[in-house]
Amino acid sequence: MADVAIKPNTQIDLLNATIDQPLVTGVPSYHEITESVARIVEDKPTKLWFGMLAVTVSLLGMLLVMLAYLTATGIGVWGNNIPVAWAWDITNFVWWIGIGHAGTLISAILFLLRQRWRTGINRAAEAMTLFAVACAAIYPVFHTGRPWRALYWLFPYPNTMQMWLNFRSPLEWDVFAVSTYGTVSLLFWYVGLLPDLATIRDRATGLRRTLYGFFSLGWRGSAHHWKHYELAYMVLAGLSTPLVLSVHSIVSFDFAVSVLPGWHTTIFPPYFVAGAVFSGFGMVLTLLIITRKALKVEHLITLKHIDYMCKVMLATSMIVGYAYATEYFIAWYGGVNGEQFAFYNRLFGPYWWATWSMIFCNVVAPLPLWWTAVRTNITAVFIITIFVNIGMWFERFVIIAISLHRDFLPSSWEYFQPTYVDILTYIGSMGLFLTLYLLFIKFLPMIAIAEVKGAIAQDIEQGAHH
Amino acid sequence: MANTHASAPAIVQPSAQGKPWAVATTFYSTSDLLDAIRTVRKKGYRKLDAFTPFPIHGIDDAMGESRSKLGYLIACCGITGIVTAQLLMYWTGAVDYPVLVGGKPLYAVEFTVPITFELMVLFSAFAAVFGMLAFNGLPRFNHPVFNYSGYHRATDDGFVLVVERDGNHFEPAAIVELLNELGGETTEIVHEDA
Repeated sequence: MADVAIKPNTQIDLLNATIDQPLVTGVPSYHEITESVARIVEDKPTKLWFGMLAVTVSLLGMLLVMLAYLTATGIGVWGNNIPVAWAWDITNFVWWIGIGHAGTLISAILFLLRQRWRTGINRAAEAMTLFAVACAAIYPVFHTGRPWRALYWLFPYPNTMQMWLNFRSPLEWDVFAVSTYGTVSLLFWYVGLLPDLATIRDRATGLRRTLYGFFSLGWRGSAHHWKHYELAYMVLAGLSTPLVLSVHSIVSFDFAVSVLPGWHTTIFPPYFVAGAVFSGFGMVLTLLIITRKALKVEHLITLKHIDYMCKVMLATSMIVGYAYATEYFIAWYGGVNGEQFAFYNRLFGPYWWATWSMIFCNVVAPLPLWWTAVRTNITAVFIITIFVNIGMWFERFVIIAISLHRDFLPSSWEYFQPTYVDILTYIGSMGLFLTLYLLFIKFLPMIAIAEVKGAIAQDIEQGAHH
Repeated sequence: MANTHASAPAIVQPSAQGKPWAVATTFYSTSDLLDAIRTVRKKGYRKLDAFTPFPIHGIDDAMGESRSKLGYLIACCGITGIVTAQLLMYWTGAVDYPVLVGGKPLYAVEFTVPITFELMVLFSAFAAVFGMLAFNGLPRFNHPVFNYSGYHRATDDGFVLVVERDGNHFEPAAIVELLNELGGETTEIVHEDA
């Protein structure tokens, strides 16, 4: 990224010259920024929006039906069975959690690194984090079969059975990691929204004014407010940075702490984190490419943003590819039969197609991103992100299901197949995600108004000293 | 209520009923706002506030604001999170409900690290957000500054400077004149609610 990185001391660099695509096109005035973002919230929803909402709400309804069916019948309606006790459910859980990681990376890590290009995309990416965590949570919760009876072994509270949790289990660490991650992401997102909700409030009348006024908590933008606000925001970014790294590390402990070949490897935490960022940027790009076009905010979410996100995706794709290679190398070099068989079975066993799809989608398909022409070609980027979304789902399926289906005892080998409930639940969870996303872009400012203005003000200020 | 200084171009809001609270004005660039704050402070006015659409670099220095003390609160809560996690896992696992699982110790530092970290983060984040709101006196839905007719610009593209009444000492006319001289627009005497 160094060659086109923003040089902090020049106004012109950030906004127009030296790079092909400006970050914020044409230096809009503060008022123009307010207008272009608030307009989306204030305009009547389009027919397109209603049409899309109708589709996603139908999918959401299907999710609810499937979950009701599962709860009423038992988790036997899924394809999971011994030896493949974790299958699509945990695959989907890890996939969704991973998608959330891009949001936190953009909002927290890039904030601390002073990457100001994040301001156009951080709000939408953070929202995706929240929605992805909500989708992820469905799977382990419903995998318990009777979620209302799972509470006492998920969360520590004094119960009538006088039992406590097993804190030695990585699954328990995961409960804390994911619930903390969801909570902190929600707080971070909401704090970022406060000034923008106040902006919408001050432009609105009637009921809208009351509602946005209520949720902006009476934000006034006083210098005194901003002082504490900036510190709180900085601390939240500082906390979220190690938090996001810890979450997927702890998710990977669910596997790495076991003794199963294919799971029991020390490379898992960094490998999972890189994969999470990779898949997260894939999903953020997929959705933002559609959103910026549909909502006509191409001047705020520019080709430059897409270019940068592609570079992050390319870098993490390289890390993921390297991790695959390391896994196979260690399996061969370690000389342990069970381990060697597990990896041979991945490549040439009954699920060879899943492994090769994973390698193609995650390692080969992103390679064209080395070329600027590809990174700035919206259609090409969109197609690559679809490959990434699919490839990263396969990665989790490969790790989870293929490692389980042939373990130490050949007599218990099994070929896992999903049921229609597995498939419809997964598609339904996309309905939940997209419904929440559609509501978000309609009712909340999807671009951080105050932050974009702040970034422009900084450039004007620095430009004045030249 | 009545504008006694005919020379001052202040607009007195007809709806304003309470005591005069402050004189408010709007600037349209951050540097104008910062210059004005410095000048007004030099003239001896101490009770100032600025309402801006985004945080402005250097405004705390100009206004003589001290650094936020929120960090201390967050640190205390973070430490509370660490202690809570450790006590929780030690007491439930090794004292109240000791169960041997897979020959692992009832308590060991190693397996408590992830949850200790998570609770430290969780408690600190709550402190950061709710501490920020408490330090700012939010939620508060009613404030005299909302009576300023130009306030809506403060969340859009205006930088509102407010010189508040300091005890009984308040000469709005002089402040209005000063703020207008500094280039402020829509200068007004703002009243509290009745």
